[in-house]
Amino acid sequence: MNASKDGAIVDAKKRYAPGVLKYRQMGYWQPDYEPKETDVVCVFRITPQEGVDAEEAAAAVAGESSTATWTVVWTDLLTACESYRAKAYRVDRVPNTGPGTNSEQQYFAWVAYDLILFEEGSIANLTASLIGNVFSFKPLKAARLEDIRLPVAYVKTFKGPPTGIVVERERLDKFGRPLLGATMKPKLGLSGRNYGRVVYEGLVGGLDFTKDDENINSQPFMHWRDRFLFGMEAVNRAQAASGEQKGHYFNITGATMEDMYERAEFAKELGSCIVMIDLVVGWTAIQSMANWSRRNDMILHMHRAGHGTYTRQKNHGVSFRVIAKWLRLAGVDHLHAGTAVGKLEGDPMTVQGYYNVCRDGYTKADLQRGLFFDQDWADLRRVMPVASGGIHAGQMHQLLTLFGDDVVLQFGGGTIGHPAGIQAGATANRVALETMVKARNEGRDIAVEGPQILAAAGRWCTPLAQALETWKDVTFNYASTDTPDFVPTATASV
Amino acid sequence: MRITQGTFSFLPDLTDTEIKAQIQYAIDQGWACSIEYTDDAHPRNTYWDMYGPPMFGLKDAAGVMMELVACRKAFPSHYIKVNAFDSTRGIESVRLSFIVNRPADEPGFSLQRQETEGRRIRYTTVGIAAQLPAGKRY
Repeated sequence: MNASKDGAIVDAKKRYAPGVLKYRQMGYWQPDYEPKETDVVCVFRITPQEGVDAEEAAAAVAGESSTATWTVVWTDLLTACESYRAKAYRVDRVPNTGPGTNSEQQYFAWVAYDLILFEEGSIANLTASLIGNVFSFKPLKAARLEDIRLPVAYVKTFKGPPTGIVVERERLDKFGRPLLGATMKPKLGLSGRNYGRVVYEGLVGGLDFTKDDENINSQPFMHWRDRFLFGMEAVNRAQAASGEQKGHYFNITGATMEDMYERAEFAKELGSCIVMIDLVVGWTAIQSMANWSRRNDMILHMHRAGHGTYTRQKNHGVSFRVIAKWLRLAGVDHLHAGTAVGKLEGDPMTVQGYYNVCRDGYTKADLQRGLFFDQDWADLRRVMPVASGGIHAGQMHQLLTLFGDDVVLQFGGGTIGHPAGIQAGATANRVALETMVKARNEGRDIAVEGPQILAAAGRWCTPLAQALETWKDVTFNYASTDTPDFVPTATASV
Repeated sequence: MRITQGTFSFLPDLTDTEIKAQIQYAIDQGWACSIEYTDDAHPRNTYWDMYGPPMFGLKDAAGVMMELVACRKAFPSHYIKVNAFDSTRGIESVRLSFIVNRPADEPGFSLQRQETEGRRIRYTTVGIAAQLPAGKRY
């Protein structure tokens, strides 16, 4: 690509003469720029309009996500404008796009931002720059924020998860296995009293957690206070019956912050160990609830409701790995991050990339998992990923192989839809889980032997045998939309 | 009832061979095992009594098994668990915990309710056996 053509104009008189310049003439394309340790670095996937070359498009992304406007302004000269300009410094063609493929030519544009551009500890401010105007910008047909490298200096301005994986386990006294949960079904229509029944049956059968669904707030059929009161009766009964700590994620999402605080306070007063919010409440509300949770020893569960509107399509939006990074900074303890094998979107490698972002102390760049950057998390607490949506006991070996121990496995239909009842469904899942962990620790190859290991446990555990029989043929084998761009190429052996 | 704290409580009680395999797994991960016992298995009782300190540096599960045998002999009808501790930076906590001995009869817990303002109830989980003096519970 021709880097010298229309390069940055260095003569100040020409540069600031009134009129319109190309973004790269304004200094937003700097192919020689080496990102500093303290820069925020982003990779955007861009699809330029016909006639817009890749470098100009990348420069436009840098410009529109930092200082630029459409025309030259002399007031730049009142500032140390070199610092405030984002710098596009690299453009790569996206593999398998462009002529000869069934997709338009796309590019990865690498853009660096000076730390001075961002308010400390504010995801709202960070996102207003990085995904503000730029995504509606006409010279681009489409743009997607693929990944972000956050400098340690910026990470340290965030408090991160209020509880984190380690402290959650210490509080609950549960070590050495994934946690088990279930979302209460039907999602809508149960009265508070009926709802508490489902909670009780699930927990007493062997689950660690039950969960409100994303759209359970305070509708005519069930006022939130009724749900909380009956729910806590169920939690306490199950705790006494099992001698084991239990919890229910009460969804405290509401119309205003005042409503959310009121609901959170009530959950705390009743002795709940965990509350939940939906992603749709927005970054500011999320950070406020994280602060509240820190002050009140509460685990904060995040349901990523709505994310599919901007994370799923590869050509436009924001990758979920970026959303996961922002949520870890903003401070949530649980985050729905996909199942790979269930009913919702998620290529296995890509989903593992999200899990790494949630749980690593230091995330290594891993293109096959969609991770473009090394990321030092600076000892920020770790987020417990949640696998939820269309999974069942028969997939336990796959889930444990894909995700390891630090995950909440949530079987909603896979618990409540059990032919012998909710308790039996919960027991089937817990037995399947403990059986698989035991076998893995004993050195068995569960990815291969999983089905036989489950069948053997089914011979002494009838609920598990019934679960395996009921869901034996259920899979969701559809091609994923959001897949890795990079696959390993075989090297000829010598 | 059967207290279901700890990984593997939903499975039939582990045999000593099975316990040893789990301990060896933990040691192979670089974790240090310890043995704890109690006659008050309240779900919020964090500090069971330690049967000696964690066995740092041990390479063979047989050493932990010897301690377990001795602990069982001293406290045959207590709850006994094996913990595996990981000192890796950022974890520095228990990585595996499972019950390896329990009383033949587990009376469990009662749930006490104190009615308070509005519809609120204050719940207290009370260990039935723990109401007796220590040493006379099981």
